[in-house]
Amino acid sequence: MATSGTPMTLAEKIIARASGLDVVRPGDIVTARVDLAMMHDSGGPRRVGPMLKKLGAEIWDPSKIALVIDHYLPADNPESIEIIQKARDFAVEQKVGQFFDSEGICHAVLPQRGLVRPGMFIVGGDSHSPTGGAYGAFMFGVGATDMAGVLVTGEIWLEVPHTIRIEWTGKLGQGLSAKDIMLFLCTKLGMDGGKYQAVEYAGEAISALPMQERMTLSNMTAELGGQTGLIAPDSITAASIAAAGGDPTGWEAWHGDVGAELLESHIFDASSLSPQVALPHSPANSQDIAKTAGVGIDVAYIGACTGAKLADMRMAADVLKGHRVAEGVSLMLAPASIRDQRQAEAEGTLGVLIDAGAQLLPNACGICAGYGSARFGENVTAISTTARNFKGRMGADSSKVFLGSPYTVAASAIAGRIADPRPFLVGGAS
Amino acid sequence: MTGRAWTFGENIDTDALAPGKYMRLPVAELAQHCLEGVDPDFAPNVKPGDVVVGGRNFGLGSSREQAAEALKILGVAAVIAPSFAGIFYRNAFNLGLPALICPDAGRITAGDRVTLDLEAGVLRNETQGTTMAFRPLPDVLLNLVRRGGLLAHLQMTRMEKSA
Repeated sequence: MATSGTPMTLAEKIIARASGLDVVRPGDIVTARVDLAMMHDSGGPRRVGPMLKKLGAEIWDPSKIALVIDHYLPADNPESIEIIQKARDFAVEQKVGQFFDSEGICHAVLPQRGLVRPGMFIVGGDSHSPTGGAYGAFMFGVGATDMAGVLVTGEIWLEVPHTIRIEWTGKLGQGLSAKDIMLFLCTKLGMDGGKYQAVEYAGEAISALPMQERMTLSNMTAELGGQTGLIAPDSITAASIAAAGGDPTGWEAWHGDVGAELLESHIFDASSLSPQVALPHSPANSQDIAKTAGVGIDVAYIGACTGAKLADMRMAADVLKGHRVAEGVSLMLAPASIRDQRQAEAEGTLGVLIDAGAQLLPNACGICAGYGSARFGENVTAISTTARNFKGRMGADSSKVFLGSPYTVAASAIAGRIADPRPFLVGGAS
Repeated sequence: MTGRAWTFGENIDTDALAPGKYMRLPVAELAQHCLEGVDPDFAPNVKPGDVVVGGRNFGLGSSREQAAEALKILGVAAVIAPSFAGIFYRNAFNLGLPALICPDAGRITAGDRVTLDLEAGVLRNETQGTTMAFRPLPDVLLNLVRRGGLLAHLQMTRMEKSA
């Protein structure tokens, strides 16, 4: 990496490297080479396939394409079946380098294959693409036409973002998680608080988080309105990549310089955070759980890239161990990937959830995307580990979705109403 | 260009613009449901050349390009708001739909006739007899609008290269 006298943030260093420049400054419009382009069945082949045909163009480098089938599952109607078939055909015809068919949600699957590494510049055809930022990669979401441009040229233009630093000091209390941090931030800073700039998370409470919890932070940078959500890599990052079969070599170089210019700097104390619950219909409607506890629920949903990774299932199991869900409440579980599900099964976590009454759904975006037949019905009240509770997203316009952490959703399933998870954890596991 | 204004509030999300339950349908059909949960009169009555005026953070949520494409299919000439969510903003220009950042957008009322001068960055409200500025478009975005979107731009660039 070229060195220079100008201190740069992590985001600026990655963009400079990808753009072939020594230095970039916020506001510069640059063209960057893409290291990996990730698509799924919804925004991918069915949309970009016809665009490539129209251009008469080929993919610049199929080895740098990842395609994941995760949105239109289960394919229980003719349109969904056709959309998925288009993705399968595209993978073969275009010789897509990394193709994952019905193995889980893109944001969970890519890191499990060691494909997301520090310093990479990655575009994803999905708004939760900032998830890759947890590995110190500049990963951001784009729509289908931007993706078509990348597929043809291997490049994308962007305005170099400023960096907003968010530091969490202290330690999260028992029963608290990355999800509580993000719901708090969405409400504190607003869903445009990220200003489509690079958000960088740091501090003692962040460093203490395991990789999948860091992914939840970066993932919900989408709800915070940031372009990407970075966490500078450390030994936990490197070990996670190595365990996934990737090569983390050189990770130490990927951090912001002392003195790099920041747009904003926020500091919060993790030790004073309470479990957060977002009221319908926005993640920015979050409150301390004391204010929402007691609201009756019909459904408790553990799903999505945000809230059904192995770490999320473990949190739910910590609460649900030895309990059954309340009568009349459905606990639905859609593990974020088949690998996470198998590990949960092997270690007993999945058994705890099933014994408590969880119904197992496919390893897919499921009700969170709201694309399939499975959606919440009229007047259903649900609490969910997912990222978005916009009106009508997960079900009928009359359905009400509250958002909480896996701990909180599990506790609410037991109580049949929104409940503080901490009493269930006293003297128990982490 | 002159059109009638349709006004909406803050944080209009992509699930309102392109509801998930219709996402598996062809986009022309999906477009008929655009914003139906917010204003059911919009999609059936919007006319080509009309403009959509939103509050801050217009288009937040999903990367689904159909959110911008639905507006384009309905004939919307431009979206005007104090701020936009980043992915929606790129998507709109990639489809040749101008998204104009206008701090005073809230002063436009429903049904106002609005004329836009993209090059000058000026919006004239014919009904109120006022003008307001929107942030001038950088060349990269102005070119996308002029060429009718990124695909047309790529097509021309490829033709220029092979010529």
